[in-house]
Amino acid sequence: MLIKLTGGTVYDPASGIDGQQQDIYVQDGRIVDAPKDGRPVDQEYDLRGKVVMSGAIDMHTHIGGGKGNIARTLLPEDHRMDPVHRTPITRSGNGHAMPSTYVAGYRYAEMGYTACFEPAVLPINARQAHMEMGDTPIVDKGGYVMLGSDDFLLRMMTANKDQKAINDYVAWTLNAAKGIGIKVVNAGGISAFKFNQRKLDLDEQNSHYAVTPRQILQTLARAVQELGITHPLHVHGCNLGVPGNLETTLNTIQGIDGLPMHLTHIQFHSYGTEGDFKFSSGAAQIAEAINSNPNITADVGQILFGQTVTASGDNMRQHANHKYASPNKWVCMDIECDAGCGVVPFKYKDQNFVNALQWAIGLEIFLLVEDPWRIFLTTDHPNGAPFTSYPHLIRLLMDRSFRNDMLATIHPEAQKMTTLASIEREYTLNEIAIMTRAGAARIIGLKDRGALSAGNWADITVYTENADRQTMFTKPDYVFKDGELVVKDGEVVKVTWGTTHIVKPDYDLSIEKDLKPYFDKYLTMKLGNFKISDDEISEDGRGSLTAHPLRGAA
Amino acid sequence: MTEITEVPSPFCGIGTDDLSIQVDGATLKVTANGCSVNTPAFEQALADTSPRIAGQAVSLEAATSKAAELLRNTNQPVIGGCATDVNGMRALLALADKAGAVVDNINFNAARRNLLAMQDSGWMNTTLAEVKNRCDLLLIIGTDPEVFAPRFFEHFLWNEQAMFLDSTDQREVIYLGKEPAGQAAVSPSGKKPTVLACADADLPDVVAVLSALVKNQPIRVETVGDIAVAQLQTVADKLRNARYGVVLWSAGKLTFEHAELTVQTICNIVKDINMLGTRCSGLPLGGKEGDYTANQTCGWTTGYPARVNFAKGYPEYDPFLFDGQAMIANSEADALVWVHAYNSTATPPKTHLPTIVIGRSGMTFEREPDVFIPVGTPGIDHVGHVYRMDSVVALRLKKLRDSGLPSTAAVLTAIEQAL
Repeated sequence: MLIKLTGGTVYDPASGIDGQQQDIYVQDGRIVDAPKDGRPVDQEYDLRGKVVMSGAIDMHTHIGGGKGNIARTLLPEDHRMDPVHRTPITRSGNGHAMPSTYVAGYRYAEMGYTACFEPAVLPINARQAHMEMGDTPIVDKGGYVMLGSDDFLLRMMTANKDQKAINDYVAWTLNAAKGIGIKVVNAGGISAFKFNQRKLDLDEQNSHYAVTPRQILQTLARAVQELGITHPLHVHGCNLGVPGNLETTLNTIQGIDGLPMHLTHIQFHSYGTEGDFKFSSGAAQIAEAINSNPNITADVGQILFGQTVTASGDNMRQHANHKYASPNKWVCMDIECDAGCGVVPFKYKDQNFVNALQWAIGLEIFLLVEDPWRIFLTTDHPNGAPFTSYPHLIRLLMDRSFRNDMLATIHPEAQKMTTLASIEREYTLNEIAIMTRAGAARIIGLKDRGALSAGNWADITVYTENADRQTMFTKPDYVFKDGELVVKDGEVVKVTWGTTHIVKPDYDLSIEKDLKPYFDKYLTMKLGNFKISDDEISEDGRGSLTAHPLRGAA
Repeated sequence: MTEITEVPSPFCGIGTDDLSIQVDGATLKVTANGCSVNTPAFEQALADTSPRIAGQAVSLEAATSKAAELLRNTNQPVIGGCATDVNGMRALLALADKAGAVVDNINFNAARRNLLAMQDSGWMNTTLAEVKNRCDLLLIIGTDPEVFAPRFFEHFLWNEQAMFLDSTDQREVIYLGKEPAGQAAVSPSGKKPTVLACADADLPDVVAVLSALVKNQPIRVETVGDIAVAQLQTVADKLRNARYGVVLWSAGKLTFEHAELTVQTICNIVKDINMLGTRCSGLPLGGKEGDYTANQTCGWTTGYPARVNFAKGYPEYDPFLFDGQAMIANSEADALVWVHAYNSTATPPKTHLPTIVIGRSGMTFEREPDVFIPVGTPGIDHVGHVYRMDSVVALRLKKLRDSGLPSTAAVLTAIEQAL
């Protein structure tokens, strides 16, 4: 079937198209050139006056895995406020902070998103992450596999194994767990917490292993680069949420020796210690460091006010922050000599000085980082706020007067501690398209996604132009997924199943000679049973795997 | 005849995956690493393979159509048992969503003791590999892991080497409440566990006193449940001095009223030890035959663990109201679907309601159900996924033989589609 999208105003930064009126043709799921053979158009959509972008991509959102299910189970009261009815084509479920998987898929699609990436896939829990993502309809998905506190790596580093051996282990794990990138959470800190260390600075040694977080970051960043994995090492830094952690973050950037590194939810890592409350914004310094280090990318992890739940692999910091739990209940886990997790409900309040300033710090970072290709729109769902708040966040970025109106309502001392009111920048539609589409696809390493030129998969979102950007981005007119119309007027009209994006870096099989006895001796599962097979993703008849090329490969 | 090695078990809850099983046609024989739980569960002979309507053999299609007919126009069907693999639960939840049914896992009343505590104040727990490598003190409250899973100690305590202990023989084991039933808790060098026995009914008081001692609260009595407070003080001191203490309990064994409060006290002891500067973790024992698989899959599909009602067109959770057995007894249900793919003795509750049973081959009934569809067992007759006791690790189950039996998922999907 040949579909023509006629006359829309297209924002396709990947092709350098910034608001030009263009026709787009779709056939067999992909965007194609205008047919020259006079083939008839089977279906035409008149998009004159509409804004057309590729489907949005959330490069960091906790949609699958054990900690999310703990968060769901922990907060039945949060679901009760947001029941979602079954319809003839969609399943029932529940929403709000940590929605059920079906509801997450529908709501992402209804907002114009067509791909979501789970950033904390514990290798030993990867099956669960894939099963949950497998039950998340419409959107494509993928995961970053967590390393850095796993005992096997720390033993290798303590034993001074060479980089090649570590690369083999990293590649083996990525293949076994079926991810598209490597993530580090509080490098070495999750392990240190198991040895009863309650904090771990960048250059502080794990009390058991002679290894520091800085060394772990360098080793893994090098592995990612040498293996040719496109997505840079995805780093949740040390000292999350600690006043003064700005210095740690700057040090982390300097310490990576120019290797590609993505700093995630950087808002939580941009705090100074100035002012009466010994808590201040480090956004200007952080933005300056990002601006002057082209190897660095970041997503913000914006907080927005209201009830949510924080779910993280960083059990060290989550344990320290449990005293802020609201409601007062929380879960921490040590997991399988592999990692850990911590789930702490939070209610961010605009009249709380710290929360109000966190809000301002996130926005300052968005607005002070100059290159939209290197900063990404996230709330670290659900940690800063549920993903359903993205349209509101987009309005804050695009509409200065709205932003300043909001600023005027937050804790007065926080207003005094932020430069936000003086920042004039307003994001353009093209910059939003970069941050949420073209840039995201590029940084994850997605081939044929995030762009509207011929050859790309036809993931397309169509909005009605509206000066109120929140309204505009809340309810797209049309969303096409792989060329099929899945959402009309902000509601799901067809349920499809997206693919799972992975990379398959090569490794020397001899790594299993070291891994097998380690599994037999110390772990609780056989090596052969640990590896996830392709069947496990596809046997339900809905799932599929899409492997993306490595850097330097054709 | 073939031998399949590294076979994972859905039966024992501890995620055993080192079984060797000899397959001769439909006959299975455990040739290595069996135990009194796993061996009979795997070796159970294949029995009936034909579906029945009112006791008469019929085709699978006739049976699923009849099941759909029985469910059509019901107001409040109940789907009980819910003992299957992840794909089985996925299909079960899809059917429940369409039929407006209650979904209620067979062991939810036990799991509820943990869930109520968790949903009220949370917990700090650990998983089996951490126990295996770190645990230097295991405090067992009101249960015996050996009875639950015969190879628990062999696997996780008396393993030859641990990464962070010079010798696993140094580990200290304390039983509080129940006495050990066998010798599994005795260390390889013969070190016996400390046993502070008391009646189950006294556990709430005993645990409360231990909690107070951990927090340095004054205790006026000298004994509680026949245990000297001084002995409990020793336990509290040991928890505070351990490097990585683990406190184990089994919700299924705490069969007294409001046991959730005792679970909560246990969880709070663990949290308090951590606040006092020592690492300590909880370890809830449970999760055999797909119990945690039901809760996990229901968790991501509905937001709630496996006691939900879809009657209003969306899932509602109530850990008391939607007790399937109670609903049947109180005439609040009008049809029963019973799903148990692991255990042919786990038969449905007695009822005169229209009853559809999706069960392990070999199930026998006091009253023949309206429809019986024998299904394959996950991990024997088809591949699948099942969670073990820590709710973190999902095992990839293997298919061991060609029995021709359909999976739970295939049968429930067929019923859903015929509805």
